[in-house]
Amino acid sequence: MSGLSARLDVRRGAFRLDLALDVAGGEVVALLGPNGAGKTTALRALAGLVPLDGGGITLQGRPLDKVPVEKRPVGMVFQDYLLFPHLSVLENVAFGPRSRGVKAAQARKRAQELIARVGLTGYEKAKPGELSGGQAQRVALARALAVEPALLLLDEPLAALDAHTRLEIRAGLRGHLAAFGGVAVLVTHDALDAMVLADRLIVIEDGRIVQEGTPTEIAHRPRTDYVARLVGLNLHRGTADGVLVDVEGTRLSVAEPLHGPVFVAFAPSAVALYRERPDGSPRNLWKATVEGVERHGTSVRVHLTGPFAAAADITPAAVADLALRPGSTVWAAVKATETHAYPA
Amino acid sequence: MRAGRGAPWMLAVPAAVGLAFLVLPLVGLLVRAPWRTLPQRLAEPAVLEALRLSLVSATLATAVCLVLGVPLAWVLARTRFRGRRLVRSLVTVPMVLPPVVGGVALLLVLGRNGLVGRHLDAAFGITLPFTTAAVVIAEAFVALPFLVITVEGALRAADPRFEEAAATLGASRWTVFRRVTLPLIAPGVLAGGVLCWSRALGEFGATITFAGNFPGETQTMPLAVYLALETDPEAAIVLSLVLLAVSVAILTALRDRWIP
Repeated sequence: MSGLSARLDVRRGAFRLDLALDVAGGEVVALLGPNGAGKTTALRALAGLVPLDGGGITLQGRPLDKVPVEKRPVGMVFQDYLLFPHLSVLENVAFGPRSRGVKAAQARKRAQELIARVGLTGYEKAKPGELSGGQAQRVALARALAVEPALLLLDEPLAALDAHTRLEIRAGLRGHLAAFGGVAVLVTHDALDAMVLADRLIVIEDGRIVQEGTPTEIAHRPRTDYVARLVGLNLHRGTADGVLVDVEGTRLSVAEPLHGPVFVAFAPSAVALYRERPDGSPRNLWKATVEGVERHGTSVRVHLTGPFAAAADITPAAVADLALRPGSTVWAAVKATETHAYPA
Repeated sequence: MRAGRGAPWMLAVPAAVGLAFLVLPLVGLLVRAPWRTLPQRLAEPAVLEALRLSLVSATLATAVCLVLGVPLAWVLARTRFRGRRLVRSLVTVPMVLPPVVGGVALLLVLGRNGLVGRHLDAAFGITLPFTTAAVVIAEAFVALPFLVITVEGALRAADPRFEEAAATLGASRWTVFRRVTLPLIAPGVLAGGVLCWSRALGEFGATITFAGNFPGETQTMPLAVYLALETDPEAAIVLSLVLLAVSVAILTALRDRWIP
């Protein structure tokens, strides 16, 4: 077994982290969750920086939880990189091999190879303070990879970067992770980062796993409000009877026939708003109250209350035509073919 | 003043008085110095001897403090154990203790009949009191808290996550200390060392009690100044001037480059 199998039980006062992780060798898993969900704690527990209160960690068939931090075959990229400010780029990357007993010349050679691999040849003598955010991120990755870890941990690897750099570094990091043969676990609160970088997403809320799946599954079938917000969908829980779903007393028709408790998801862009009840009424129509209006990219997001909360994305022109303001009453409609229902 | 409006008088007046209070006595020293006979007096072997002894013993005491004090500061800042608060206050005791009392205490422990000194004498034939070694010990005793407190503060201000990062890279705790912690707190260690050296250079009470006042062996500059004051006040002024010049030179040289 070349993968990671762990149950992490960590207690911090009232907070409790309790997750089971099974990651295959060569797989990249993203722990996705809001701030305070316990993602970073999970990563620190895997690295050995936080002791387990229960459970255990097995990596490549060997128990890891009793092994001290410095003896674990783990490489970690920290959120703000934590490059040693007094050491050069080369010394930073060679630090791991040197600490693990590799001879100086060989450690330098390995460091140089990794610096080349992340595209920073020529920066060996630079101090971390002279690097841009993107360069520092790549040095941090090279430093973690230099110890040839079986388990690579990345804590919010892109969070400290500006939008433009992020795009570029994300693509590069995707390549490095794909080439990495061991187990990779990364933590992020950004859905896009998670979907681009990981083969599988694990959503954590309040120290527990709430959803697990491929990026496609998560993006199309969110199971909690947090995930729905992340992937930008309206999500409602209801009871299905064939193609009709009862959501808080309002009947919505959906494309897939189902029975029992279900989730119904639809994109805000699939919601149309009308001042008056439209003629030849579409099947999914409800009366809603405008709670707020905000700019959302090139469109405008309208937050609705009524039988249930929902968001609608409409054009700025439509906002003017409808004379929308908080408190206005509107008719909201969504086509059955634009909804997506799946068992809860 | 860079903030164009200047300081309010409630602050400016006490500040000016405070500065005058610190500077005037030094001015007095300069005004009353026997400038004409200064060159001969400086060349006197006794002066040079006391100066040499002061510089050597303060430097050795600082070395002792660094070797013992940095690890002590690390233990206080980075580990948790029962009675840590008590240990922290014990460390600062020599700062508030009158140095003479410190000297007496050192005699009681390290004197020929002292708790530890007795065994040193019996086992190795070593007697510490009234030797140059005793000067170094007395100065280190008084100066060590300054180093420990400064370095402990630097350790607490340093981001411990750098140490975690080093640990994940496979560094043992000793390697982490040597290659990460120590370089990160180097400015604090230097500041502590300077403070420690200054305190050691000016040490009087513990030194005269524990080490005595033998020219060439235990008579440091402050002791020489005190002694000269009774027999030859001009010599006392000259010695004071030398001490002042050395202190100012060292502090300004280090301040600009090292101390924030």
